[in-house]
Amino acid sequence: MTVSAPSKPRRKLKLVYQKPEALTDKATHYCPGCTHGVAHRLVAEVIDEMGIRERAIGIAPVGCAVLAYDYFELDGVEAAHGRAPAMATGIKRVLPDSVVFTYQGDGDLASIGMAEIMHAAARGERITVIFINNAIYGMTGGQMAPTTLPQQVTTSSPRGRDVVTQGYPIRMAEILATLDGVAYSVRRSMHDPANIRKAKKAIRLAFEAQVRGLGFAMVELLSTCPTNWRMSPIEAMHWVRDHMVPAYPLGDYKVDAALKKLRV
Amino acid sequence: MPAKGWVEIDEALCKGCELCVAYCPVSVLALDTNRLTPQGYHPAALVEDACTGCNVCAVVCPEAAITVYREVIPRRHATTV
Ligand SMILES: Cc1ncc(C[n+]2csc(CCOP(=O)(O)OP(=O)(O)O)c2C)c(N)n1
Ligand code: SF4
Ligand code: SF4
Ligand code: SF4
Repeated sequence: MTVSAPSKPRRKLKLVYQKPEALTDKATHYCPGCTHGVAHRLVAEVIDEMGIRERAIGIAPVGCAVLAYDYFELDGVEAAHGRAPAMATGIKRVLPDSVVFTYQGDGDLASIGMAEIMHAAARGERITVIFINNAIYGMTGGQMAPTTLPQQVTTSSPRGRDVVTQGYPIRMAEILATLDGVAYSVRRSMHDPANIRKAKKAIRLAFEAQVRGLGFAMVELLSTCPTNWRMSPIEAMHWVRDHMVPAYPLGDYKVDAALKKLRV
Repeated sequence: MPAKGWVEIDEALCKGCELCVAYCPVSVLALDTNRLTPQGYHPAALVEDACTGCNVCAVVCPEAAITVYREVIPRRHATTV
C-alpha cells in the first residue's frame, strides 16, 4: 500500500524502547519473522538490565544461530555441534566470575548434544542455557528433530513423523528438572507479545540463578521456523500457539527457592 | 487524551516480516511497498496518527528495528482551595 506519513506528535517525546546495547548493529541472517531474533533481543535486554555485559561470554551452537557471536556485543565463542555445555563448563570453571551462557537449537541440544546437556545439568554447572525449540532442523533444510511433533511433515518425514518408527518428541524442560544439579528449568513461548514478556522474565531468572551460584539453569523457548514450516511469520506464530504449546506445556518445572522470592 | 506515541523503524534492520503490523493493537503500521530496504525488503512504517507508544511492536520485532517514543504529558498542578 502507499503510505502517507503521519505527523510526529508536537509535545516533547520520551524514549520508551530502543535496541539493547548488548546487540551489535549488524543485521542478522535470520529469515524474516524468525523468533531466533526475538530470543537474541530478550537475552541482550536482560544482560543490559543486569549490567553484566563485561562479564558475559556467549557460546554459539551449530544451527541457524551459528553466527550468534556476531550479533551479541560481548565476548563469544562457537562450539562444535552440541558441545556448547561442555565448552561453557570449561570457561565457567576457569573464569568463575564470568557469566556464561549457551544458545542452542533443538537439533544441537536434544539430538547430537544430548549427552553434553544432560551431564552439564547433572553436574550442576553454574551456566545459563537458552534452548530454542522450533521442532525442526532449521539450518540444514528442515529435517526432523527429536522435538518434531507426531505427524509433523519435515523434509525427512515427508508423510509426517510416524511415532512407531521415529519415536516421540523429547520434553527437555521436564527431563532436566529431574536432575539435582538443576536450579531452574522452565518452558516459555515467543508466539505473541504477552508470552514474549514472560519469556524475558524467565531468561532473567536463568541468569540470576547463575550470578547467585544456585546451579544449572535452562529456559526452553518455543520458537518459529517460518521458512522450513513453509508458513508466513504470523502463521508460524499461530502454529506455535495451536500445535506446539499443547505438546510442550508452558510452565515452571524446577525453580530454586531463592529464585521464587525474587521480583524481576 | 491518551499520550500519543511515535515509532521509528531502522530500515537497515527491518525485514518486512509484518509481525509488528499484525500485533499493533491500534493497527497503525503497514509495509511501505513503495520502498525497499538495503536488504531488499519492504519496510514497516507508521501509516496512521493513532500510535499510543504502547511498545507492543518493539516487543515482537525479531530485528530490534523499532525505537518507541511516547509524548510527555505535562503534569497538572493540583489546585489548592
Ligand atoms: C557434527 C555435525 N553433524 C551434523 C551437522 C549438520 N547440522 C548443522 S546444523 C544441524 C541442526 C540444526 O538444528 P537446530 O539445532 O534445531 O537449530 P536451528 O537451525 O533449527 O536453529 C545439523 C544436523 C554438523 N554441522 N556437524
Ligand atoms: S531456517 Fe528457520 S530457524 Fe533458521 S533462520 Fe530461517 S526461519 Fe529461523
Ligand atoms: S507503539 Fe503500540 S500503537 Fe505504536 S505502532 Fe507500536 S504497537 Fe502500534
Ligand atoms: S517486526 Fe520488525 S522486522 Fe518485522 S516488519 Fe516490523 S519492524 Fe520490520
